Amino acid sequence: MKYITDFTVVGREAWGETYFSLTLQHPQTLPPVAAGQFAEVEVQDCREVTLRRPISIHDVDTVRNTLSLLVQIVGKGTRKLATLREGDKLNLVYPLGRGFALRGERPLLVGGGAGVAPLLHLAKCYCARGIRPTILLGGRSADLIPARERFAPYGTLLYTTDDGSLGERGLVTQHSHFDDGYDHICTCGPTPMMRAVARHALQQGISCELSLENMMACGIGACLCCVVKSDDGHRCVCKEGPVFDATGLSQWINQ
Amino acid sequence: MQPQLATQIHNLHLKNPVMTASGTFGYGEEFADFIDLGRLGGIVVKGTTGERRQGNDYPRMAETPAGMLNAVGLQNVGVATFCDEVYPRIKDTDTHIIVNVSGSSIEEYCAVAGRINELERIPAIELNISCPNVKKGGMGFGTKPDMAAQVVQAVRKVYGKTLIVKLTPNVTDIVEIARAVEQAGADSVSLINTVLGMAVDVERRRPMLSTVTGGLSGPCVKPLAVRMVWQVAHAVSIPVIGLGGIATAADALEFLMAGARAVEVGTANFIDPTATVKIIDGLEDYCVRHHIDDINDIIGII
Ligand SMILES: Cc1cc2nc3c(=O)[nH]c(=O)nc-3n(C[C@H](O)[C@H](O)[C@H](O)COP(=O)(O)OP(=O)(O)OC[C@H]3O[C@@H](n4cnc5c(N)ncnc54)[C@H](O)[C@@H]3O)c2cc1C
Ligand SMILES: Cc1cc2nc3c(=O)[nH]c(=O)nc-3n(C[C@H](O)[C@H](O)[C@H](O)COP(=O)(O)O)c2cc1C
Ligand code: FES
Repeated sequence: MKYITDFTVVGREAWGETYFSLTLQHPQTLPPVAAGQFAEVEVQDCREVTLRRPISIHDVDTVRNTLSLLVQIVGKGTRKLATLREGDKLNLVYPLGRGFALRGERPLLVGGGAGVAPLLHLAKCYCARGIRPTILLGGRSADLIPARERFAPYGTLLYTTDDGSLGERGLVTQHSHFDDGYDHICTCGPTPMMRAVARHALQQGISCELSLENMMACGIGACLCCVVKSDDGHRCVCKEGPVFDATGLSQWINQ
Repeated sequence: MQPQLATQIHNLHLKNPVMTASGTFGYGEEFADFIDLGRLGGIVVKGTTGERRQGNDYPRMAETPAGMLNAVGLQNVGVATFCDEVYPRIKDTDTHIIVNVSGSSIEEYCAVAGRINELERIPAIELNISCPNVKKGGMGFGTKPDMAAQVVQAVRKVYGKTLIVKLTPNVTDIVEIARAVEQAGADSVSLINTVLGMAVDVERRRPMLSTVTGGLSGPCVKPLAVRMVWQVAHAVSIPVIGLGGIATAADALEFLMAGARAVEVGTANFIDPTATVKIIDGLEDYCVRHHIDDINDIIGII
């Protein structure tokens, strides 16, 4: 079941100039939210913004009835969302899309940029099944890997940065523990990163899921604007994804 | 007293004038979690062609001020799969389901219309001679009066139920096209389809859409659409269905007063999936507030 409903901002945190998170509370019990699902967020009172913005569900607290979003400021809509403060209302259409399948006994979660967002809820879901994932986060520099302290309790944390300011220097695929006998990989982040991770997984015969971030209009499968060219034709990212198995996307991955 | 919202398009009795626009409401199912589909006047489902179509390459969408451009290019499952798989799922929806029929040739339009004619629970088709996003056919048929008349005449022969023809705004004189399709046997016209537009990503120095140009929709097209509905409503005697940028009851009322017997809501569904029912409630409120017993009393008053 999908809902359209108002939340109240009850918490805000920022990392540097570009990343912030909002904690949103609802008066009623939240529906189940699978890791990797997202919300279509309304950007209010912004003349330049017409459509909602798709944002992953970063964290869920079923005791306090809160959801968290982790947002990177990249343009007019996200800049407007950054001005929200405690007590403000935010309208969401959620939970949308198909999330991660929670496969594997030794999973590796690889995130970059805003793509780290869904991995927190994902790591928690693995932990709830008694599996502590390895979490590899990459960025240009330490201050561009947001919210990393939140991940610490839910897995073994590894980092790469372009400038060596945190963890190992280089790309996520160059990390010394990148190829450490994992039986499943989940990845979300910039397209070149996801392609490199998925190519590796396909070559090694490791199952792999990627979470795509195509531009969306409706978020619920009605407009067909968000498609990805899969091996068997166009597939709707908002409804059949955003999480896809790498095996069906080999053309896209090897582009 | 409850105001009367029911209207009529040829043989179609609508509970109220609010329908959904093709390509913006899927097959209706996508919205069932948000609204009671049975409240709608009708649902116009995704454009359906003879064969399955993959549509255009991504990116197919670009946001614009108070609107959006799309270049979906009629991606759809094709008429056979529609009849075998989709129709059984949606046929019992408690409202009129109207199929938007698209094609690249007169033969294709006729083949699709003929198949849909056999479906008992589909009381009408909307003939899309106005899609700007396909290379062949589509809008080509809707921009020349003689071509438009030819397709409508041909489809009229194979289709016996209510035949609505959807017009493109991308013409010099829409009245001329509307008159031509009326004479060719259309039972109703709906307008407008999207306005041909374009946007450029200046940072990347590239067009925003894979197809370079696309169809503009949303609030920004509304004044143009209202003007065209008003012009056409005064020129033809078949009922006109108005659409283009409707997001609120006041928007819908503009179209009704300009002469539309019913309206369709498109892009607004993306922004608020409950927009249609809010518009229906708003029409009722308006009638109560202005002591209007029957919504038909304000249709075409301008
Ligand atoms: C399923 C899904 C989940 C997402 N989860 C998150 C998340 O958790 N946190 C987060 O910060 N972002 C996330 N995104 C990306 C986010 O939706 C975009 O960054 C946002 O819509 C940009 O809005 P804007 O108005 O700030 O940018 P605009 O002003 O609209 O555009 C600014 C720039 O951003 C680019 N852009 C716009 N939309 C997207 C997009 N969907 N993907 C990539 N680039 C885009 C534009 O091309 C442009 O260059 C997600 C996207 C999807 C599809
Ligand atoms: C994503 C998208 C897909 C569309 N697909 C179709 C279609 O398949 N057939 C059609 O006749 N019109 C199609 N349209 C046009 C709409 O039905 C409508 O005519 C137009 O968007 C104007 O109305 P609006 O401003 O309320 O959206 C589409 C519009 C959009 C935005
Ligand atoms: S965004 Fe509309 S179908 Fe995916």
